[in-house]
Amino acid sequence: MNQDNKGYINSIETMGLVDGPGIRFVVFMQGCPLRCLFCHNPETWQKESNFQLSPRELVNKILKYKNYFSKTGGVTFSGGEPLMQPEFLIETLKLCKEYEIHTCLDTSGVGNGDYDELLKYTDLVLYDVKALTADGYHKMTGGKIDASLKFLDACQKHHTKLWIRQVIVPGINDTEEYILELKEYLKGVQNIEKVELLPYHTMGIEKYEELNMKYRLAGVPAMDKERCHKLYELLMQD
Amino acid sequence: MKEWHDFLGEKWKETINVEDFILNNYKEYTGDDSFLVGPTEKTLKVWEKIEQLQKEELEKGILDVETNIISGIDNFAPGYIDQENEVIVGLQTDAPLKRIVNPYGGMRMVHSALEAYGYTLNPEIDKHFSEYRKTHNQGVFDAYTPEIRRARSAGLLTGLPDAYGRGRIIGDYRRIALYGIDLLIQCKEIDLSNLVGDMTSTLIRLREEVREQINALNEIKSMAMKYGYDISKPASNAKEAVQWLYFGYLAAIKENNGAAMSLGRTSTFLDIYIERDLADGTLDETGAQELIDQFIIKLRIARHLRTPEYNELFAGDPTWVTESIGGMTNDGRSLVTKNSFRYLHTLVNLKPAPEPNLTVLWSENLPEAFKKFCTKTSIETDAIQYENDDIMRPIYGDDYAIACCVSAMKVGKQMQYFGARVNIAKCLLYAINGGIDEHKKTVVVDGIPKIEDEYLDYEKTKEAYFNVIEKVAKIYVDAMNIIHYMHDKYAYEKGQMALHDTIVERLMAFGAAGLSVAADSLSAIKYAKVKPIRDENGIAIDFEIEGDFPKYGNDNDDVDQIAVEIVKKVITELKKHPLYRNAKHTLSILTITSNVVYGKKTGATPDGRKDGVPFAPGANPMHGRDTSGALASLNSVAKIPYKGVCQDGISNTFSIVPDALGKSEEERITNLAEILDGYFKQGAHHLNVNVFNRETLIDAMDHPEKYPSLTIRVSGYAVNFNRLSREQQEEVISRTFHESR
Repeated sequence: MNQDNKGYINSIETMGLVDGPGIRFVVFMQGCPLRCLFCHNPETWQKESNFQLSPRELVNKILKYKNYFSKTGGVTFSGGEPLMQPEFLIETLKLCKEYEIHTCLDTSGVGNGDYDELLKYTDLVLYDVKALTADGYHKMTGGKIDASLKFLDACQKHHTKLWIRQVIVPGINDTEEYILELKEYLKGVQNIEKVELLPYHTMGIEKYEELNMKYRLAGVPAMDKERCHKLYELLMQD
Repeated sequence: MKEWHDFLGEKWKETINVEDFILNNYKEYTGDDSFLVGPTEKTLKVWEKIEQLQKEELEKGILDVETNIISGIDNFAPGYIDQENEVIVGLQTDAPLKRIVNPYGGMRMVHSALEAYGYTLNPEIDKHFSEYRKTHNQGVFDAYTPEIRRARSAGLLTGLPDAYGRGRIIGDYRRIALYGIDLLIQCKEIDLSNLVGDMTSTLIRLREEVREQINALNEIKSMAMKYGYDISKPASNAKEAVQWLYFGYLAAIKENNGAAMSLGRTSTFLDIYIERDLADGTLDETGAQELIDQFIIKLRIARHLRTPEYNELFAGDPTWVTESIGGMTNDGRSLVTKNSFRYLHTLVNLKPAPEPNLTVLWSENLPEAFKKFCTKTSIETDAIQYENDDIMRPIYGDDYAIACCVSAMKVGKQMQYFGARVNIAKCLLYAINGGIDEHKKTVVVDGIPKIEDEYLDYEKTKEAYFNVIEKVAKIYVDAMNIIHYMHDKYAYEKGQMALHDTIVERLMAFGAAGLSVAADSLSAIKYAKVKPIRDENGIAIDFEIEGDFPKYGNDNDDVDQIAVEIVKKVITELKKHPLYRNAKHTLSILTITSNVVYGKKTGATPDGRKDGVPFAPGANPMHGRDTSGALASLNSVAKIPYKGVCQDGISNTFSIVPDALGKSEEERITNLAEILDGYFKQGAHHLNVNVFNRETLIDAMDHPEKYPSLTIRVSGYAVNFNRLSREQQEEVISRTFHESR
């Protein structure tokens, strides 16, 4: 952490309409401890970036879009992994709440702690389920599932509203079997407002080429949207 | 009067006051679209015939033209599409899509248009207008100064209405339905008898005009009679109200070939009649929708005879039959009625089409269900534009309408002198090149010193630029005053003006093109290093830019405020020069599709734009330079001030791919409504909305037959994509599409 509590930011999207409810100002934070196979933002992995803002500077930018938020929209911190910069995030979230801006975290749950404080100022968490077993999680992300579950526990403790997200990758988890396991698993999680199955897409490949990085899912086709929807229906069936 | 039974209010019965009638009688509708019905058999039969004729028209350029009779309210025999199935009748000529020759604006335009499509004018008519009398076009060129001619031929001033009808006048066609022709004539007679005093040119002209207006009203009555309708009395039911009103509009497009022939604000007015009939049990919803569908069919087939060059400038035969829908009253009620829904629903019943130019007057306080219906229809059809009622109403009251694309005026109380646009990107090149045109290499603006520095200095360039704007403003105002003097003299719109108050307020609408290019260029000069590359005559023909600079469209005040400063300078300079008939100066940032041609006529600019590359349309950021997301782009445009500065409108066209707008249809509908709310809350003026994938357009370019009704919004109006030139299609495709990341 640098002196003025500046955050490392990868980029900003002023009109995010697919990362949380309503119209959202999306802050793509820099740095991520995971290396998910399907990741389409590899440029956010490394810890530091040239773009830094203080919480006040960032919130001033967000405020320029407050008119668009209406009753449902707000700000979403995505990434990268927003939980990697807790000090910056807490101060920014606090300021957002002072201005009555709806706050949302798009996260894997693997971060640097201080979750109790952080969740005080968080209205919604988009929690990314990567896999259901320790082994599967490691294969998919290179990380440990326990770290992620620690954050989920904190969310449960704070009664934080959750949107569960699961990327569906052909050949890895696009089976009815997996969906039924996921369904079973989610029965044990409280405060779920919504579940989203995100079909894996290949739009990230070009970024890997630009960055001269190996694309580990080379040859895996994009997930068929209709099939993904079928799986979603299965998941939602009573 | 018996026709007024059950109608409330008194003021509108004593004087002509349609606004008062509406406010006393309309029934606000806050429900959803579930009451809407599909088209009737009759409607479908009529529409199928038109679709067939339109196909033929597209192949031939024009379907037909009447060469033995000229424009006029009552000059043509009645015409029909399919008489037994037509519920609303009346065509411009005796056959559908058959065009009118209007020689009053100018013979050059008539000849070249006829020649282009292989027709010859009846020699007798030709003789009248080339030997015996003068036209608007001749009058204008007799009076033009050398400066104006130079500015015109260099493309500094483009689209001046000096060779055809000026348009942008909205007759209050509702008056015919509400009062009947006879009462309107009586009122005009009284006005005329009161026009007494010293017979100065002002009074003489007005007396002559009012007499002409009375003549026009009689002609409208006679024209309607040929279709079997006596419109001397007020309309007594909904069908008559639609028909009476349409006869008024029809008279306008029989008499004039104005650039934009807009309809006004009719949906809520007509709803009052429909509601009365529904209550009486003499009409049902199917019948109501049929009336509107059939009325809209008529509006869709209005045509004017234009040259192919005109169509190159303004793609696809536009007529700008703009209809303004929604908005609020001064006392805080929304003016949304069921009929507002029915009008928009024609885009579904009759498939999307560019005309009429359906314009929703958006307010934060419009009923939520209506907002959602609008955005739903936008997403499905790309055929709606939105304008901010909350900033227009305080200026124009609650009974204004939009002419053309973005020009507001009080219906029946204000008219506009339309005035094309000045190329403000070119002005900057003149500042650098000493008033010499970069393409023609001749002096267009006198008295400008050349900048000969190796690198352009911001303060010095800006000063020179503003100096050019001062000089050009004078040339521009002179041109406009001459044009409108002559148009009043040689091509007065008596039918439309008969449906205005006798003492009418006049607006003169100037325009500017190339705002984003000019702002980015000044930003480059200020924040990066710009080195002109000069030819052997010392004319800058290209620019080298070292370093980066802020670009308009990213919500960055460093450059956005430059854009604001430019438009303020332009209007300030225009206002220094008095206008013909005490008109009021207004300014628009609007190009329609002419941004392509403006770009073609403009050399390379200091922002890095190459010679001949299209400008961004209207007030849009330059293609691909708005990289901070859609809302940042919208916020930049929202900073361009409306009131007192660009009070003739600020056009912005917004394209977004469906997936980026939300995951489900419901989300997309809500999100789009919230974008509009947010944008307009910041005082922005106008937004065209397109929701489609770039791939669709690319496919449509190669396979037009697969997309016969693909309609898209361009600056200020909608076009059928297939009617754009290849160049225009490519320009549309190169625009920024906001995508999700």
